[in-house]
Amino acid sequence: MAKITYNTHDNKTHTIDVQNGLTVMEGAVQNDIPGIDADCGGGMACATCHVYVKEEWLDKLPAKEDGEEDMLDMAFEPKNNSRLSCQLIVSDELDGLEVNIPSTQN
Amino acid sequence: MNKTDVLIIGAGPTGLFCAHQLGIIGLSCEIVDNLDKAGGQCIELYPDKPIYDIPAIPECTGEELTNNLLKQIKPFNVKFHLNERVEQLKKTESRWHVKTSGVVEFDVAAIVIAGGVGSFEPRKFPVKECEKFEGNSLFYSIKDKSIFKDKTISIFGGGDSALDWAIELSNTSKVNLIHRRDGFSGAESSVQKVKELNDQGKLNLYTKYQMDSISGDKKINNIKIKHDEGEIKEIKSDYVLGFFGLIMQLGPILDWGLNIDKKTVQVNTENFETNIDGIFAIGDICSYPGKLKLILSGFHEGALAARGCFKYAKPDEKLRFEFTTTSKAAQERLGIKK
Repeated sequence: MAKITYNTHDNKTHTIDVQNGLTVMEGAVQNDIPGIDADCGGGMACATCHVYVKEEWLDKLPAKEDGEEDMLDMAFEPKNNSRLSCQLIVSDELDGLEVNIPSTQN
Repeated sequence: MNKTDVLIIGAGPTGLFCAHQLGIIGLSCEIVDNLDKAGGQCIELYPDKPIYDIPAIPECTGEELTNNLLKQIKPFNVKFHLNERVEQLKKTESRWHVKTSGVVEFDVAAIVIAGGVGSFEPRKFPVKECEKFEGNSLFYSIKDKSIFKDKTISIFGGGDSALDWAIELSNTSKVNLIHRRDGFSGAESSVQKVKELNDQGKLNLYTKYQMDSISGDKKINNIKIKHDEGEIKEIKSDYVLGFFGLIMQLGPILDWGLNIDKKTVQVNTENFETNIDGIFAIGDICSYPGKLKLILSGFHEGALAARGCFKYAKPDEKLRFEFTTTSKAAQERLGIKK
């Protein structure tokens, strides 16, 4: 279990206990946190679960697989701290992770 | 006006197999899809990636699956309307009158929405002012490349479309290729070619830059691009092209009065009919308790929805359950000669 904080574009903060093994994307979708579309359902095929990771967490996350960076080219306003939340699998190590959800996924 | 029993919206695997099931029970159908080819997400998102969970097919690619489904429905001569998006829907007595973006019209007894997560639309620039120039000097696809001759073109993106067009247009235009990082997702040979052209001065490559702003009166004059580290460059541009892939949008379906929750349409699990009589939804676009977004679930949903369409298409007839192995009628429809 890890506490994940999602900051949504409407300046709201949602801190949720997410079970280990789920993805950061699933944590948002299952708890009705707005702004993560996840159109492809977690297949790294659509870039609509794009989040900005709080800087201090960037190095602590598992490295991106090849396809993730390619998909991020398609994301809305990608930055250096962009990740696809479907690729972030929750574990105890991610306890306290904070992500910002962009204004749109389109 | 195209008169047929059922209109299927979406030519992905679920829509294609539903066409098969309609054909087997003797109903006619036509299929509309916004893409230029059949296959839906299988073709657009993962044509080369293997799929391992189609029953009795240990492994196949999205493209192979699509081709096999097309082969399977060949006997029914299903008419496809590609590059068309369904826009308007009107009920006239017991039938539906449907109009597409390209003003193709249909008169049908029932509608099956197999629209996946929506129709594929190009992803656009986040910069708001881009809208003003869209279609006149800013494009997300190329229809007539002759307009670019001897002009300055700024191309954004790092995939095959961006690379291929940068290479091709560099023969006759001044091309700037702008991409957000050093790596590219397009073919390695194209990346090499672009770098060569850049070294020869036949193309200007800007990496780690993204669009910052765009200006011009009626047409684009200049764009500003911003480096990761904040530096801003102004470049003259007659045209801007953005190749950021496709995104799925639900579009006009949202306005049809269907029960929609989280971009999916609620259906019953008896025949996958929606809250509107005669409109069915199958595949990724439908939701019900226990829904799995698997292709195999879409096949099941399509088989039941096809039978649900029967009473609208042939209200005076009774549908009898039959197996293709033994049904003479089904085999005749499949064109099997004995």
